[in-house]
Amino acid sequence: MVVGMFVVTYLSRAVPLLALSRKQMPAWLRTWLSYVAVAVLASLAAPSVLVADGKLALHSGNVYLMASVPTLLVAARTRSLLLSVVVGMLCVMILRALGIGAGAG
Amino acid sequence: MGSKAGSMARGRKRDTSGSLVSFVRGARLGVPVVVGYVPIGLAYGVIARHSGLSPAEATLMSVLVFAGSAQFIACGLVSSGATAVGVVSTTLLVNLRHVLFSMSLLSRLRHLSRPVLAVLSFGITDETFGVAVGRFPADEPADWREVAGLNFVSYAAWVASSFVGAALGSTVGDGARLGIDFALPAMFICLLVMQVSSRVALLVAVVAGALAVAVATTPLRAWATVVATIVAASVGAALDRRRAERRDGHPGGPTERQGS
Repeated sequence: MVVGMFVVTYLSRAVPLLALSRKQMPAWLRTWLSYVAVAVLASLAAPSVLVADGKLALHSGNVYLMASVPTLLVAARTRSLLLSVVVGMLCVMILRALGIGAGAG
Repeated sequence: MGSKAGSMARGRKRDTSGSLVSFVRGARLGVPVVVGYVPIGLAYGVIARHSGLSPAEATLMSVLVFAGSAQFIACGLVSSGATAVGVVSTTLLVNLRHVLFSMSLLSRLRHLSRPVLAVLSFGITDETFGVAVGRFPADEPADWREVAGLNFVSYAAWVASSFVGAALGSTVGDGARLGIDFALPAMFICLLVMQVSSRVALLVAVVAGALAVAVATTPLRAWATVVATIVAASVGAALDRRRAERRDGHPGGPTERQGS
């Protein structure tokens, strides 16, 4: 089972790089790919703060949602990955210490 | 320290003085990934044990698969008595998004030889991909040692923390109190901000985020990243094309876009 998981995961990672690396890509594909990164990151980031237990969580008990606001501001100002992560974690820590979102997230 | 790492990444460029230096530079880019992986790896190890895997099996899965969400899902499926075929096909579905990552990294890695690509591609995850597109400019050949350093520390952190979690087997500490579980969401937020470089990119981000949230709240949630990315990138590419046509006054004009 584990080996099967390895095979399908590795193929999904390696085949596109290996198969396409020596080919010239058409312009439309390059344009499309230039938007893949921003789309992927948004589709990873948004559910991680807006969805909890498979449900939309747009309430103040969602510590991730609350902490994402200062994180976003720090990220926009500093563009520093480490600083954003540290500020985000601090916010979550403080919110939980205040008893907000206990048990959630 | 964060701004130092950032300026180092920007000051990177051509000096290939010593492979080790480049490797270490890449490894430093992986620090936020490591901070995020350690608690998740520990949790994975613990959960894998609870779902009936041995410590060796749990660690082996991290060594070979190196894909957090698929490994958690596999644990859930194993404990609910799923067949190996079921687990493997679910893994394929959940990890299909790597095809998009891999294609998207092409413009940075296509100058490398096939054996190097074969090794580097093993280390592609949501997080290493995110850092790579944030730190290595699009359409510029990236130094493979830096990519290797980034991938290696992330992989090492994942395998080591899975092993420790599996060896301990019971709940390890309370990382949640320290907010460590928010490390990866925070990292994705920052990486996303760094990618929003134009109005079209912002629109693509909004479409992708909204779609991913919509899909993630349905039973089809394994498809969220793939569906949201394909639709949103297509919207972006279509808008880009329309703009180029309007600017050049004729259809089919150049749609080249520098950067991302």
